[in-house]
Amino acid sequence: MATTMITTLDRSSRAAARGLSDISIRNLFIIPTILFLIVFNIFPLIYSLGYSFTDFRASTNAPANFVGLQNYRDLLGDPYVWSNFAVTAKYVIISVAGQLLVGFGVAMLLNRDIPLKGLLTTLLLLPMMLSMAVVGLFWKLLYDPSFGIINYALGLGTFEWLSDPKMALYAVALTDIWMWSPFVMLLSLAGLSAVPKHLYEAAAIDRAGPFYTFFRITLPLVAPILMIAVIFRTMEAFKTFDLAYILTSQPTAELISIRLYKMAFQEWQTGRSCALAYIVLIMVLAITNIYVKYLNKVKER
Amino acid sequence: MAAVRTSSEIGFNRVAIVAVLLVTIIFLAPIYWIASTAFKPRNLATTIPPTVVFQPEISPFVKLFAKRSQMRNPASPEEYAAAPWWERVVFDGGEKIVRDGKGEVQWSGYPSRFMNSLIVAITSTVLAVGMGTFTAYGFSRFKVKGEADLLFFILSTRMLPPVVVAIPMFLMYRAVGLNDSHLGLVILYTAFNLSFSVWLMKGFMDEIPKEYEEAALVDGYTRMEAFFKIVLPEAATGIAATAVFCFITAWNEYAFALIMTSRRAQTAPPFIPSQVGSGLPDWTVIAAGTFLFLLPVAIFTFLLRNHLLRGMSFGAIRK
Repeated sequence: MATTMITTLDRSSRAAARGLSDISIRNLFIIPTILFLIVFNIFPLIYSLGYSFTDFRASTNAPANFVGLQNYRDLLGDPYVWSNFAVTAKYVIISVAGQLLVGFGVAMLLNRDIPLKGLLTTLLLLPMMLSMAVVGLFWKLLYDPSFGIINYALGLGTFEWLSDPKMALYAVALTDIWMWSPFVMLLSLAGLSAVPKHLYEAAAIDRAGPFYTFFRITLPLVAPILMIAVIFRTMEAFKTFDLAYILTSQPTAELISIRLYKMAFQEWQTGRSCALAYIVLIMVLAITNIYVKYLNKVKER
Repeated sequence: MAAVRTSSEIGFNRVAIVAVLLVTIIFLAPIYWIASTAFKPRNLATTIPPTVVFQPEISPFVKLFAKRSQMRNPASPEEYAAAPWWERVVFDGGEKIVRDGKGEVQWSGYPSRFMNSLIVAITSTVLAVGMGTFTAYGFSRFKVKGEADLLFFILSTRMLPPVVVAIPMFLMYRAVGLNDSHLGLVILYTAFNLSFSVWLMKGFMDEIPKEYEEAALVDGYTRMEAFFKIVLPEAATGIAATAVFCFITAWNEYAFALIMTSRRAQTAPPFIPSQVGSGLPDWTVIAAGTFLFLLPVAIFTFLLRNHLLRGMSFGAIRK
């Protein structure tokens, strides 16, 4: 960062003497944004931290009673909430693994001279730009047991994707894989194109087999960028709400965000939901921290 | 490379190209299906086997925009003759268009939701990109104490799960009367996009050589003049790309809109799925609404194609 800095910060410089000083410009440019984010992101969180120690219900006018750590204790001892976390973990693993496999696989296929490569890549990237809610909606049409094209194309008859408790979570994950494999593909392509060509030429001269070349050259060099894709997708999959909420109402596919939504806005257990929100928040911040460390690492290369 | 290519490699290349084409077709099939359903007559939308070849119709779009009700009896020949073409296609489906006392055609819920989406997405994009550009310049050019921590703080606000933020925001908005208002959503989306815009714009700012401004400062420009006259024009591409990303994010957002709005300021994402609600949904109308909603994003994706990598990695990976 130091290299991009301009060195005219001292107040006596000629440029600074005219108009605003560099320091006041810096403050003018940065402080409003920080304040805005504090007021609209951090302040609400402090507000809800307070409520997380109460039995407040937003649906009644009854005053909130302080209950100490009761909400946290209840939540952590609630097998129902634990099962939501287990469902979420399973969902994250299936969908991220699927995206990694499909995304990286397609990137390997695309990483060669192909006619219309640019156009094909852009078309393949389209799913990830769409609204998750609307994607969920039209996959409902595709999954429909009686007239859905998925059952028709696969010859599955009237297979129930979304209303079968065993299948629902996989169906949501499959849609997520369709939507987000392009993201892994995009990052993988960047990683693959950055592998120096001379390494492959050297390997070819040494008569290295394709497996050796892949595991000893390609994979290690693409790994850091793949890692970014995995952490980012893990974080996003952990937070998934729209897609699962719209696709299915099966309890076996009730992710933690959906549980949180129902607790807060259907059962109106406001105090308790604030406590659960905090538990989720701490988990997300932990993953974010890892993510940012990795981003900075890759940036430095 | 050509010299070391063996015939088996060329053969593999051909297989790979065929595989890529197949994958592309599979990936685009869902989008093609919803787009084609938007132009189908209702009786062909849910057939087994699926109808692939059909005479495209515009009727789903008419039904999407006009409020309709079921007719007990089919329209009489006089009614039919007197009706404009766009009403006849609705008659054909056994429905009629609802009119008020003065005979004015009533709109369905869709156009107002679409407008709300436009208003909220455009306003929040302008705010987020505007503020983000200044802040990114500040971070890019000046020494800021604890810069890494501040940037992490800014990014972390973006990573918060929407439902987590929505609970306290809902209570606060209710207290000050911002529930179901455009302003309420604009604030939320601006806050959400601001962090992204700072990160992305910082990358673009870092790429503009500082020598440009230094030369301007030497020529007697003030720092502000240099920023507006030298840096901003140089950053135009970056600003445009950032704006498109912010627009798409706000346009697509669902959870905040579901929780914070119900009618007056409701945007399209919570509205479109709610149409499936009760009874047998008319999938052609839902598909038409979805098609119109996805169209801007598809166009923007095409325009953004060279910046997608950068945007999706918060400016960390450039090409």
